[in-house]
Amino acid sequence: MKLLATAAAAAALVFVAQGAQAGATFDAVKSKGFVQCGMNGSVGGFGAPDAKGEMKGLDVDLCRAVAAAMFGDANKVKHTPLTAQQRFTALQSGEVDMLARNTTQTLTRDASLGLIGAGVNYYDGQGFIVTKKLGVKSAKELNGATVCVQPGTTTELNLADYFRANKLTFKPVVIEKLDEVVGAYASGRCDVYTTDVSGLASTRATQLPNPDDHVILPEVISKEPLGPLVRQGDDTWLVVVRWALNAMVEAEEYGITSANVDEMLKSDNPNVKRILGVTPGGGKALGLDEKWAYNIIKQVGNYGESFDRNVGKGSPLKLDRGVNALWNAGGLMYAWPIR
Amino acid sequence: MADPRVNGGQSAPPRRLSWNDPDVRSVVYQVVAVALVGIIGWFLVSNTLHNLSIRNISTGFHFLGREAGFAIGESPIAYGPENTYSRAILVGILNTIRIAVIGVILATIIGTVIGIARLSKNWLVAKLSMIYVEVIRNVPLLLQLFFWYAIITEMLPGPRQALNVMPGVFMSNRGIKVPAPTEHFAFDLAAIGFLLAFVLIFIMVNLAKKRQDATGKAFPVYRGGILLLVGMPLLGWLIGGAPWELDVPKLQGFNFVGGATLTPEFAALLFGLVLYTAGFIAEVVRSGIQAVNYGQWEAASAIGLSRSQTLRLIVLPQSLRVIIPPMTSQYLNLTKNSSLAVAIGYPDIVSIANTTLNQTGQAIEGIMIIMAVYLSISLSISVFMNWYNKHIALVER
Repeated sequence: MKLLATAAAAAALVFVAQGAQAGATFDAVKSKGFVQCGMNGSVGGFGAPDAKGEMKGLDVDLCRAVAAAMFGDANKVKHTPLTAQQRFTALQSGEVDMLARNTTQTLTRDASLGLIGAGVNYYDGQGFIVTKKLGVKSAKELNGATVCVQPGTTTELNLADYFRANKLTFKPVVIEKLDEVVGAYASGRCDVYTTDVSGLASTRATQLPNPDDHVILPEVISKEPLGPLVRQGDDTWLVVVRWALNAMVEAEEYGITSANVDEMLKSDNPNVKRILGVTPGGGKALGLDEKWAYNIIKQVGNYGESFDRNVGKGSPLKLDRGVNALWNAGGLMYAWPIR
Repeated sequence: MADPRVNGGQSAPPRRLSWNDPDVRSVVYQVVAVALVGIIGWFLVSNTLHNLSIRNISTGFHFLGREAGFAIGESPIAYGPENTYSRAILVGILNTIRIAVIGVILATIIGTVIGIARLSKNWLVAKLSMIYVEVIRNVPLLLQLFFWYAIITEMLPGPRQALNVMPGVFMSNRGIKVPAPTEHFAFDLAAIGFLLAFVLIFIMVNLAKKRQDATGKAFPVYRGGILLLVGMPLLGWLIGGAPWELDVPKLQGFNFVGGATLTPEFAALLFGLVLYTAGFIAEVVRSGIQAVNYGQWEAASAIGLSRSQTLRLIVLPQSLRVIIPPMTSQYLNLTKNSSLAVAIGYPDIVSIANTTLNQTGQAIEGIMIIMAVYLSISLSISVFMNWYNKHIALVER
């Protein structure tokens, strides 16, 4: 099934019309009336269906923000759940307009995949999770362990690098679908499961039967700046995605929330006025409505709200803001100014 | 050349190019067809390259020489993350061939037994094999793979509580660990003896047949064959100095170290593929046997052959002619179905080529490699089976 999907996407690359070029994605999204968003589909907190079957998560909120900016309606999104292996081909071949799928921004992906990163919506790093009864306290003790990992990820490469660098051996069990690989870990087929720490927290909180039986080891072995990707060749579209993210972070910095955004319209702060389109110009420059950021904040909320609701203290994941706090609170979230 | 009959065998007069000349027409049609295929092919290739370049997607097979950087769970040859993508892909190809060869052999044996059992006079045996065939053939293979994988990983205990079924043999959710001979040239000699035994058996069967044709005396080929199969490796092992050291698996750290391992992924894939394909092979064998005229059974029993002798000497050889062509397609199916391995984590060619195409972003090249590998394997199976089919075909005298 998987092979079929990849083959179909590869075939799509062979047959795509030659006309698809600069500006095409923005225009195509505008004319079809919704954003086709590639996301994970099984990482709770980032992109997974809730009890009612609706997609929820930090990544999903970013897609909704783009839709709110484009159409004034955050619901004009169609989600395509993608595995780690399908995601790039799906974006390259035009099956989706953007990826918001806990994907690490790397040089290869910018330089040879024909894709381009549009920002970072979660600063992460790779970690390990083990069962408590194994008694392991550090990743350095994992010599000879069997490790579950998803293929085609930076995680898979970091894992091999880390064990090589520390002169440790390991046996990989490489399964493509997240549910299956977590199942293999839960059944004890592997001693360790490795992915980004946020993913481990999500797996522990939402997929493992007894969350308290598992411990995330202290070592974080890599930097994983996770963020949205778009195809190269349409700068207009890239800019819309990038600024939808910036608007959410900027809104948090200026204290604009989905609850007070209407009040904030009357604010005297020139920055707030520019963000909310009271002072016109910003939206027009993006080719959008002047209310683009207002719509994002009103319908999706600012970055902090989205974080708390999906992965932070208001969620089962209970992730600390950590490096994902705003720059003025000691974190790395630093939006480019809207002016 | 024009048909000589037209001119009564005389040499043809100097010809003029005419649309009415069937030779001219056929040449023109073929040239046009080749040109069309060429143009379509050229269009596809150039269009693809153009599209890839405007999308800034790198192309070509240069990545094959780069360091792969990812680890592979099981490999018949030495492999590490520091090796190249081409070696990783070779590992995948070998893993696919391994599952296909072992799978085809086991599925043929089990399928043939069940196919014969379906025609058994024993009511229970016949019904049980019918139920097997119906159930196995009507449940999707992917579900069966998940089922076997779950059975192995969920039912078996962890390595520390491994079941010690025999001295040195441990079953756990990390697989079945068995003692393996340590590296010693005596074992190589034994392997050579094993291969030599096949050659000797071949010679023996031919000699025995000649003798039986000439004198009517039968030679105990089965006993002789078994003797050779056991004796030759044993002889090689004895000549090598009869070493006794075995690499026995020991629990060390997280897992067993040493010995040979049947991994859960390989085992689940093998069980799934073999049992699934055996269901289809059973039907092929049953229909093949039923295709042999019932008169053959009666004639055989009239000359005093037992039922099993009749099956072995009269019916099965004739039914082979019906069985081989559909059997070929079952072998191809098994090989292609092994690509479902990706779902349960066995590192076959699809799994590894997929990882490669994903790490490098070169989807078209990756898919091309997968297609080339399956095409080569499938054509090899077809060529072999067609040769075999011709070999056993009815020779008309």
